[in-house]
Amino acid sequence: MWKWLHPYAKAQTSYELAGKLIPWFTVVCCISFAVGLVWGLAFAPADYQQGDSFRIIYIHVPAAILSMGAYTSMAVAAFIGLVWQIRLSDMAVAAMAPVGAVFTFIALFTGAAWGKPMWGAWWVWDARLTSELILLFLYLGVIALYNAFSDKVLAGRAAGILTLVGVINIPIIHYSVEWWNTLHQGASITKFDKPSIALSMLWPLLIMLLAFATFFGALMLMRFRNEILQRESHRPWVKALVMGGK
Amino acid sequence: MEFVSWADFFAMGGYGFYVWLSFGATFISMLGIVIDTRMKRARLFKQVRNNIERNKRMQAARSMENTL
Repeated sequence: MWKWLHPYAKAQTSYELAGKLIPWFTVVCCISFAVGLVWGLAFAPADYQQGDSFRIIYIHVPAAILSMGAYTSMAVAAFIGLVWQIRLSDMAVAAMAPVGAVFTFIALFTGAAWGKPMWGAWWVWDARLTSELILLFLYLGVIALYNAFSDKVLAGRAAGILTLVGVINIPIIHYSVEWWNTLHQGASITKFDKPSIALSMLWPLLIMLLAFATFFGALMLMRFRNEILQRESHRPWVKALVMGGK
Repeated sequence: MEFVSWADFFAMGGYGFYVWLSFGATFISMLGIVIDTRMKRARLFKQVRNNIERNKRMQAARSMENTL
């Protein structure tokens, strides 16, 4: 039943599949970014309490959701890599970590720039902010660990174990606003209830979420291809690819 | 449309600095990782090409006669 998956364990097949997918992700990303930005910045109504500062939500929330989503998918890849020893999975972990780190940085930075006018402080050590900062350190740790070994099999295993240990932080981030008294407001969309945000504000947010998700997809696939090229650089198919122009 | 003029739009109801700081930083970070990824790819291509050329030169040198 799952036999169709087998050819993709071969690096070249995966490389080519990734190459076919990248343009689709890029197109959807560009369109949704343009629509989401214009809608969110100019057409969505201002918040009745926070005024126009709430528009930071259109990058803050997608980046924060994707920073956790990226980590979760990284953990799935790490698990597959560790259990079934599929080296392409380790490469996927290495490809996702920097993109996830960038999203985490964006979530923290925009959070600070939103917190300053709303809470009066760039940074407070509350549960949500601190656990998200730990997520950034986890990402940086995974990247550093992966780059610390020249033997990439060992590097993949070490980075994979760290990734799996760090998964514990994901539910902590998500529930931090419920478990502890924090300054940070509760969830707006990701809960088992009606979203607590008006539809006119929600639509551009969902479009921006799509933009960030496809950005993650495109960048992850590009970096995944880089990882394959690096690991397979002495293989004939890579040489043929490089010498045959593009 | 929530804003009446461009100046109004850039002012963001007085929160302009924070809003544009956020969007600017986001744009720069995302552009940064795109550039990094593309540069890495170009570097890898160059590496592989250099390796192939080097192997060719080595083979040519080896097949030459009367050399040390």
